[in-house]
Amino acid sequence: MDDPGLYPYRPWRERAKLVWPGGRPVAVWVAPNLEYYEIDPPAHPRRKSWARPHPDVVGYAHRDYANRVGHWRMADAMSEFGFPGSVSLSVALCQHHPEVVADAAARGWEFFSHGIYNTRYAYDMDADEERAIIRDSIATVRAATGQTIRGWLAPALTHTVNTLDLLAEAGLAYSCDLYHDDQPTWVRTRNGPLVAIPYSLEVNDHYGFFVYNMSPREYAETLIRQFERLAAEGADGGTVMCIPLHSYLIGQPHRIGPFRDALRHIARDGRAWITTAGAIVDSFAAQVAP
Amino acid sequence: MTLGPAYLAYPRRRHGYDHDLYPWSAAHLRPAVRWPGGRPIAVMAVIKAEFFPLTPADRPFRAPGHMQTAFPDYRHYTARDYGSRVGIWRLLNALAARGLAGAVAMNVALAERAPALLAAIRAEGHEIIAHSTDMNGTVDGSLEDAAEEALVAETVARWATLGERPRGWHAIARSQSFRTPDILLRHGFAFTLDWVNDDQPWRFANGLWNLPLNHELSDRQILNVCQAPVESYAEQIRDAADCLAAEGGRVLALELTPYIIGLPYRIAAFEALLDHLAPRGWFAGPSAILAEWERQAG
Repeated sequence: MDDPGLYPYRPWRERAKLVWPGGRPVAVWVAPNLEYYEIDPPAHPRRKSWARPHPDVVGYAHRDYANRVGHWRMADAMSEFGFPGSVSLSVALCQHHPEVVADAAARGWEFFSHGIYNTRYAYDMDADEERAIIRDSIATVRAATGQTIRGWLAPALTHTVNTLDLLAEAGLAYSCDLYHDDQPTWVRTRNGPLVAIPYSLEVNDHYGFFVYNMSPREYAETLIRQFERLAAEGADGGTVMCIPLHSYLIGQPHRIGPFRDALRHIARDGRAWITTAGAIVDSFAAQVAP
Repeated sequence: MTLGPAYLAYPRRRHGYDHDLYPWSAAHLRPAVRWPGGRPIAVMAVIKAEFFPLTPADRPFRAPGHMQTAFPDYRHYTARDYGSRVGIWRLLNALAARGLAGAVAMNVALAERAPALLAAIRAEGHEIIAHSTDMNGTVDGSLEDAAEEALVAETVARWATLGERPRGWHAIARSQSFRTPDILLRHGFAFTLDWVNDDQPWRFANGLWNLPLNHELSDRQILNVCQAPVESYAEQIRDAADCLAAEGGRVLALELTPYIIGLPYRIAAFEALLDHLAPRGWFAGPSAILAEWERQAG
């Protein structure tokens, strides 16, 4: 297969003239990944869960820091500057640590699914197996929060060629897994259209701290630069900036202060429509036909 | 393709963890703890005192910082030895000059090889933490039960010959097996410094404690892995101290590797950092921090 046929080519010079509410040029959404990693998950034939033999103490405990400590720091910083979360949720967190999920729900955050666990991968699942994790996600989040999820970020970013078709079949509205644009895009599936909303690898704290080894202040400056450019270009057609987070990284004590500085900058600038993934998808769908 | 039903079964999907090693607890729901003297943070400096044998062991794994070239790797053998001959003394001097003490996580082989160093560590009030035999003494889930038990027993016995009974164990690279907490308890240890999931002490189900030694704030992570300059290291630690002090009752862990932070071009920034932290931090070893924690929150 050369081209999965997801969407037609479209040059950046011919942008949809999206206008966000209030005439703001850039929609900013924050995507905290609230995750659960298993200490001793079953082996997957195509990807190891942990670098070290189980238990990978540093790998596991680092992720555990998110739920014990980091989430609350990250969430308080977001609330302080008026950023709601659109949560990428390992739905088994609803069973393991419902206190974290309840905190996010009480802050008015939106939930979408990031699979059951971040240590269970979709590669090689047949359609019924993938249907099962989608159904589980919908039912689990509904039971825990009353919300009906509308979006999907594949568990640990693992896919099959059926994933997008199955999301549309289940009535979901958006995917966070495609990185081809700074505006939302309609994606073709066998079961009707789905919106691809811009998420981000490049300004994801995981890339900032695990791939690029940035200092906390370098990462905060990266967020500000990303925002400044997308706000400027958004005058010609609304853009989307996503800030994907993992509180075991951004919620560390040496990182939260610089992160707050970046949020303060964006909030005070005045050009950002600070919102949720679902609201961006709805505004886009009201302006652009599939 | 199919993965089969076992891959979609979740037998440990339940409240709390998917293991029974320690109970679930969120930091903001715990009772407030106040450190002695009204200090807003406890600062736990842990100096690594390591001996890297010239012939490295690759089972269970080769320790971070170990030999890298073909045998004989005099380059890394001596560069690590620099830490034990020179760098660690700079760190001890920096702390002693300010009347501060913490802990030294020490390979027992280095204590045997450098009695003058062991004497200074004791005289200057640092707590000694067992850190395996030498840097070939690694543990992980692939190691046989008896071999891990023997490694811990040997470490304890060799420390006993030196007149020392460490209460704490710090595993090389923080790497443990599922058996480790039980083995450590059987051999008389009270705590580990290996699980990086918190800024406060917590207790394993078997009664062993864990104290927070955050790997993200280690000199190795910031200076070697992330390759930041030492000024950025100091700034990051100051930022961490601000965050933890505002929350209260937290431990700021300073993991210090003599061949990394103890170099001439880096040590002045570390000394300035100590000057910044000394007035606001209660500098203490893990046993003193744990005693205070147990008194208030235990």
